[in-house]
Amino acid sequence: MNDLIVEQVPRLRRYARALTGESARADDLVQDTLERAWEKRHLWQRGSDLRAWMFSIMHNVFVNQIRQGQISYATLPLEDEALEIPVRATQEDGLAMRDLAASIGRLPAEFREVILLVGLEQMRYEEVAEVLDIPIGTVMSRLSRGRERLRALMAAGGVSALRRVK
Amino acid sequence: MNDEANEVREEDLHAYIDGHLDAARKAEVEAYLVANPAELERVQAYGKQNDMLHALFDSALDEAVPFPIQPPANRKRFMPLLRVAAAAAWMAVGGTVGWMLHTQDAAKPLPAMAFAHQAAIAHVVYTPEVLHPVEVGADQEAHLVKWLSKRLGTELKPPHLGNAGYELVGGRLLPGDKGPAAQFMYQDTRGQRLTLYVRHNEDTNRETAFRYAQEGKVGVFYWIDGGMGYALSGEADKASLLKVANVVYQEFNP
Repeated sequence: MNDLIVEQVPRLRRYARALTGESARADDLVQDTLERAWEKRHLWQRGSDLRAWMFSIMHNVFVNQIRQGQISYATLPLEDEALEIPVRATQEDGLAMRDLAASIGRLPAEFREVILLVGLEQMRYEEVAEVLDIPIGTVMSRLSRGRERLRALMAAGGVSALRRVK
Repeated sequence: MNDEANEVREEDLHAYIDGHLDAARKAEVEAYLVANPAELERVQAYGKQNDMLHALFDSALDEAVPFPIQPPANRKRFMPLLRVAAAAAWMAVGGTVGWMLHTQDAAKPLPAMAFAHQAAIAHVVYTPEVLHPVEVGADQEAHLVKWLSKRLGTELKPPHLGNAGYELVGGRLLPGDKGPAAQFMYQDTRGQRLTLYVRHNEDTNRETAFRYAQEGKVGVFYWIDGGMGYALSGEADKASLLKVANVVYQEFNP
């Protein structure tokens, strides 16, 4: 069981970083999630999907952090550190990715979660519904609205436009 | 008009983007998109979002985890590490690997292994660098060749790994326990990096077969050929890394 939990850590870190936009905050979220998972490990049913179980724990921890106002994600500036990859890409792709990284942070958390679980984690829609404990119809509508809102934010290109002026 | 059953709905477009459709349904959606350019553009934009998310965040999968992962009984939170500057964090990662390699060293004190360890440490320290991954970039390849050849006292050209999907980023000079070493860095279109570590070999072995060592996340293929030691490090799986190692070998033995 411990090994199985440890196996999930890289994926949890990737998801947490995309969710929070900041690597230190992301690792806090991962550590809180691991703590909860170890506390509750007797509740996991052997044979059921451990990844979904771990991600649902992370979802709960994340939602609690937002409720407790530990962080205001919508206004959180993205660290340059979280934007390492775009620098390696061509300049134009890099700007597009900076736009994406910044725009992701401006989406409401419930849209962001669905977009990331589907797009980054490549979960099936049923799995996303299970992880977030919402009906699949809600998953689909958040996915659709979230992707469109993200497209609009990126089309506005506010971030790279600002950076170019600077 | 499509009939009711074949009608393409919003959820079909998303399932198409995310690769959840069977071949027949996929063909229907594609036909619909061809007939509806605005929808096609939207679908392409969403697909690109997925690609960019991977490009932005997949690096987290390959990083060494900067905190201990243990069950609660003997687990302590290691917060300060998370708060230090990125450069210091990477040095700490290098240190962790170094410590880990040191303990392995004690068990297997083979000089060739030590060589692989040095290559792995150099890989872990420099591949996450964004601003200064190399001292001399691939755009100054002629200068790079001249400089490293002079410092290593032998003609040394970075192999071209384009056939294996990797482009040269550049190179740097590193101190080794037996004189200077060169590190060449490569990356593929997704930003995944490999490093080739080269130095003089002073062992009696003039040639060896490929050997493999796994150092945490980093796999290393290393060999000795013609008085030089080579080590190719990367976080790719063993089979893909071996393919690249073969290309490197061929490049040095045309």
